[in-house]
Amino acid sequence: MTLAAQPAAKVLDACFLEARAKLLELAAILDRIHRGAGADKIDDLRLDRIMAGLKLLQDQHPHRAELIQELFSHPYDPHWKRPQPKP
Amino acid sequence: MNYIDPHIHMISRVTDDYERMAMAGCQAVSEPAFWAGFDRGSAAGFHDYFRHLTEVEPKRAALFNIKHFCWLCINAKEAENVRLSREVIALIPEFLNRPNVLGIGEIGLNKNTANEATVFQEHVDLAMKHDELILIHTPHLEDKLKGTRMIVDMLKNDKRVKPERVCVDHVEEHTVKFAKDNGFWCGMTLYPTTKCTPARAVDILEQYGTVKIMVNSAGDWGKSDPLAVPALIQEMKRRGHAENEIKKVVFDNPIAFFSQSRRWSNETLGGI
Repeated sequence: MTLAAQPAAKVLDACFLEARAKLLELAAILDRIHRGAGADKIDDLRLDRIMAGLKLLQDQHPHRAELIQELFSHPYDPHWKRPQPKP
Repeated sequence: MNYIDPHIHMISRVTDDYERMAMAGCQAVSEPAFWAGFDRGSAAGFHDYFRHLTEVEPKRAALFNIKHFCWLCINAKEAENVRLSREVIALIPEFLNRPNVLGIGEIGLNKNTANEATVFQEHVDLAMKHDELILIHTPHLEDKLKGTRMIVDMLKNDKRVKPERVCVDHVEEHTVKFAKDNGFWCGMTLYPTTKCTPARAVDILEQYGTVKIMVNSAGDWGKSDPLAVPALIQEMKRRGHAENEIKKVVFDNPIAFFSQSRRWSNETLGGI
């Protein structure tokens, strides 16, 4: 059985301050990186993924959390060699 | 509200945590075998650990009227050592008839290596030979999606495995549907930074339902909250979800899964 989601306006009322705090935290982290020595030379996939994640958040997609998870995941090879059961 | 924590490593917690959990309504805990915080050097270390899980923790839990259950295995992190893993797997049958043992777990993958997969399959072989339930650890962070797919590949490749007797734990937004669609039970772990928050877990419940899904704190050596399940209860209440739905997730579902264990009886619950 699924559980009913709250109305959008109610979620915004309940979660606005939390979202604001988390955005601020992220902004502060990015500022901290850019204040550090070598910031202009940084070439790191992790930072690229963070910036790509920020772009994803702006999409009107109903499963942004899932997309962010996939962005930060290693790829899966469906042809990997499986060990066989021993009956 | 009474609840069960179906995945918590009480060996790493102080006795005060049992007391706090009891005061918050915890009736039972299920403790999978896991990493000790270092790589153990011998199978004898695991033999002592299994004794701890089956002899010491049930007594510590009982001080606060909490029932203690456990699972046995060599965890995915130490499974990279195949020789040691096979020695540990050979020890497990000695403990399988202890009354608080629910099955084999938490087996899984860590960095998704070939050795880990080999040892995972050998644990599944053991579980099938002894008709045991299986509790699965899915990897952390960037390894989770790939590892969950590999684990499900191995489970589906083994015709003896019944999905309803397997719980895929630590599911998150990108793995829950896949595990559920393949017929497995799912566990969501409420653990800071590296896993799920109570709010995100309730989001997942709202999207995918309350059938065959549980929540746990996975309290361990790291910074974690043994009262994470009560925190989820509060979040569900805050959102206006019905008491019977909350109870289903935090109490009825763990019992429904555990009671499939061949050692489970009406006396197992001892009044909870």
